[in-house]
Amino acid sequence: MIRLIYFELLKTFLKKRTYIGFAIILLIVPLIEVAMKLEGGRFLQATTRSLQQDFFFVGNLFNGWLVSYNMMNSLWVHIPLLVSFVAGDMLAGEATAGTYRLILIRPVSRTRILLSKYVTTVLYTLIFVFFLGALSIGMALPLLGRGDLVVFNRGILILPEADVAWRFIVAYGLAAWMMLTIASLSFFLSSFVENAIGPIVGTMGVLIVSLVVLTIPVELFESIRPYLFMYYTNVWQKVFMDPVPWTAIGNDALVLGGYSAAFLGATWFIFVRKDIVS
Amino acid sequence: MRFNHTYGPLSADVILQTTNLSKRYRKRWAVRNLNLEVHRGDIFGFLGPNGAGKSTTIRMLLSLIKPTAGDVHLFGRSLHTERNHALKSVGGIVEKPDFYLYLSAYRNLEIVGALNGGTSRERILEVLGLVGLGQRVSDTVKTYSHGMKQRLGIAQALLSDPELVVLDEPTNGLDPQGMKEIRDLIHHLSHDRKKTIFLSSHLLNEVELVANRMAIINKGELVTQGEVKKLLEEGEKYVLLLGKPKKKLLEVLGKQLYATHIREIDDGFEVAMPFDLVPKLNRAMVRNHVEVQAMIPRRSLEDFFLSITENESKA
Repeated sequence: MIRLIYFELLKTFLKKRTYIGFAIILLIVPLIEVAMKLEGGRFLQATTRSLQQDFFFVGNLFNGWLVSYNMMNSLWVHIPLLVSFVAGDMLAGEATAGTYRLILIRPVSRTRILLSKYVTTVLYTLIFVFFLGALSIGMALPLLGRGDLVVFNRGILILPEADVAWRFIVAYGLAAWMMLTIASLSFFLSSFVENAIGPIVGTMGVLIVSLVVLTIPVELFESIRPYLFMYYTNVWQKVFMDPVPWTAIGNDALVLGGYSAAFLGATWFIFVRKDIVS
Repeated sequence: MRFNHTYGPLSADVILQTTNLSKRYRKRWAVRNLNLEVHRGDIFGFLGPNGAGKSTTIRMLLSLIKPTAGDVHLFGRSLHTERNHALKSVGGIVEKPDFYLYLSAYRNLEIVGALNGGTSRERILEVLGLVGLGQRVSDTVKTYSHGMKQRLGIAQALLSDPELVVLDEPTNGLDPQGMKEIRDLIHHLSHDRKKTIFLSSHLLNEVELVANRMAIINKGELVTQGEVKKLLEEGEKYVLLLGKPKKKLLEVLGKQLYATHIREIDDGFEVAMPFDLVPKLNRAMVRNHVEVQAMIPRRSLEDFFLSITENESKA
């Protein structure tokens, strides 16, 4: 199995499309952080204007932690698209290239081949999310300095700097866990089609419809929301609450894990029965 | 025309056997009740016109497609219940060989080797050398010509040193030189390396040149199978006769009692007759002052194949 995973990783990381996401992150993150540096504290002033009548803000609140936190918030719409570039290509890419006919006639079960591909998808997703985190924080702290973290989430919460780093580590871990669910969805859609465009568009379609249901205040939608995995994707934000609601985080993570397992199970069900006719 | 099929019990020498193998897509049967037997050491030609069900059959033999009914036994093991064991001694190409174009030939074979359970560097280089790609092992496959990809396809099929090699139209799209090279390679694999070859092709002369046994499939059903020589004997024998004046030629032909069937074609006639009487017919023509331009005995597999597929279509 390890040998199969090694060659799946090799196939994936020797493919140019794998690096599209990394290239985009390498472009966007420095761009945003340099822009923030040039704009200075105007960003913080704009967001705290209403509070400044009642509070004095002392110290360097506009710092690398704040920018990294806000970047996490703003990039989560785009990251799924980049993850689905690779996850959606995992099975559909073999169909496009005609290489199903090369690999599925071997004396190794389709289940093992599928699992090696899924493990590769998981590893790619983890590497990608942690690359984003490392670049975002690693560049923001030297560029914008350090300090306490101001969190605006139904009010204002100031987290002392000593209490921030571990929260980012846990938040990125949960973000990666959440992104695995989206990657699993792409992987599942990839088993149906012979072109990676389908899974990418399909994944984005699911996300957009889910976001519409989650954000439009309609009573009918409220009853649907708990059944959408997107309902649980803000789990990482809960790490920046005080006190941290660990039980709620655990529940959300469990639901997301359940969705990932369900997507993988459905993919397996389809893949082992699939006729390779192209 | 129908031929009687005889199926004996599965002997040790039968390494591939299909039993009532069938595949249905919605209401259409792509393959129906196909019973094939391939013996150890055979070069088995699998013939049929386009859309006859050859590729569907090969996909079922290599477990790319699940049969609607029936089963495949490879080396006595059911593909349905013992898939991985059954496929251990089988290598193959299905339709055109496709590879990871952005990887080298060596890397591609490494991947195939991993799926076979592991292959040494020496073995990969050996098969690449065998198919004449020894000098291009590190080049990415996207730089390969069609013929080179075809040879790389054969290399991957041979990588695990399988006893049975399934080749689906291996000469497709090749120039005459490339076709000859593949034909020579098939001979080499059969005679020197003792491989059993299952070869599908629509190029009937190619099969006639290499196969010792064959099956013909039409509209998803088996038309016949057996030894190539015997099947050819069963086919009708024609002599293609060109000469002038055409009217006189026909008159002389009409007097020859052994000429059982005469059919006019563009430049002359096709005459059904025993081949050993061709000199006698020639003498008769000369005696009657017919200028014979050509007298060509035709008993090729192509005629045989065309005749039965035509009859099948009419039926």
